[in-house]
Amino acid sequence: MSLKLKALLKSPWVFHLSTGSCNNCDIEILDCLTPRFDIERFGMILAGSIKHADVLLVTGSCNRQSVTRMKRLYEQAPKPCLVVAIGECAMSRGMFMQSYNCPVPLDKIIPVDAYIPGCPPKPEAIIAGAVKLIEKLKGNA
Amino acid sequence: MIYLLYFILYGFFLTAVIGLVASWIDRKVTARVQYRVGPPVLQPLIDIVKLLGKETLVPRGASKAAFLGAPLFGLASVMLVSTILWMNNINTQNTFLGDLIVVLYVLTIPSISIIMGGFASSNPLASIGASREMKLVLSYELPFVLAVLVPVIHSGFSIRIGSLLTYQASNGVFAGSLSGALALIVAILCVQAKLALVPFDMPEAETEIAGGVLIEYSGTPLAVYKLMKNMLLFVLPFFLMIIFMGGLRTDGIHLLYGVLKYVGLVAIITVIRNTNPRVRIDQAVRFFWGPVTILAIIAVILAFKGL
Ligand code: SF4
Repeated sequence: MSLKLKALLKSPWVFHLSTGSCNNCDIEILDCLTPRFDIERFGMILAGSIKHADVLLVTGSCNRQSVTRMKRLYEQAPKPCLVVAIGECAMSRGMFMQSYNCPVPLDKIIPVDAYIPGCPPKPEAIIAGAVKLIEKLKGNA
Repeated sequence: MIYLLYFILYGFFLTAVIGLVASWIDRKVTARVQYRVGPPVLQPLIDIVKLLGKETLVPRGASKAAFLGAPLFGLASVMLVSTILWMNNINTQNTFLGDLIVVLYVLTIPSISIIMGGFASSNPLASIGASREMKLVLSYELPFVLAVLVPVIHSGFSIRIGSLLTYQASNGVFAGSLSGALALIVAILCVQAKLALVPFDMPEAETEIAGGVLIEYSGTPLAVYKLMKNMLLFVLPFFLMIIFMGGLRTDGIHLLYGVLKYVGLVAIITVIRNTNPRVRIDQAVRFFWGPVTILAIIAVILAFKGL
């Protein structure tokens, strides 16, 4: 495994983007930072700007308003950048499946590296998803 | 030739290593204060290595030379200051007339490089951050210079760092006197603002202006800025140690004292950072020009009286 990837896996800075979620998934992401779960012990911190991020956490059902913004953010992220879909909405649009406002799921728009199901997923599930993503990248390299 | 060695070995490597360790201590203590586990020891280094491997983006409309040059400018000035400080600390004869003034000047260049980078990135949030940083520089420079004046007065108006150190070695440290202690308090507050740590982190306020001045930086330039900040976390407390507490002596038990002094200063800075909320920029300016400057002036008057 190259040094670059090794360092990336040990300090993935996450940027969290809501594309029309009900805000519950976002709260669960913030829960991961709290003393009980403390993702900083894996080197993860929440980045304030997309230019600092290595992982894009997407929540919500990708409605028409936010899709263009999401694409722009993805393009602005310095590569290598990973995308994680968090919650039922981001995976398959969940209960907004039939909505006029959510034409396609997230992975039809940008490449997604990991899916974390749940409505909302527990913080444990989010951390487990992050670990799986890291394992997958290690396996690939 | 020997100076180049000092520049690379002490000014860069030693300072960077201690700075990275200090920034780990800072993050670990922060985590422990909040009942968290905190990051592993190598985390600051890993962050920088990772950033070096990332893509560097230059925003459209940004001035490329200033945007990419600013971080190097800041890093170079920090290296220069730490070289001068180490040279004085290792051998007090290695000093020249007015090096205290040089250090004071060059210590503002990291802030200026951040302002430059912020304005060059053509991002409105970065411009807000840069203008806040500018106001912050204007507010803390006056009390900082006044505080540095106190050791100068005590040592009989010497502006060589080396002679400040020799004076302290024979007559006891300046922080032991009343005026010296007051000046040290003022200087610690100013260092807090110079490091842009909470409560004076409004140039980078993550929650309101999303990283502020650094918002457009990615990859290598961001790594250089992070390294510069980590090195400043060593250089500024080291400067305070030299001018107020007799520096870092390497003979016997004094080495332990020196390390304790440094860790103590970093701990004070970390505790201030963890027990305060962020203030607004106008409150910060009022704070520095009001109470802090008055305290510094009192310290200067007391120093003239010989206290
Ligand atoms: S998955 Fe559930 S909790 Fe998450 S945004 Fe959608 S509706 Fe809300």
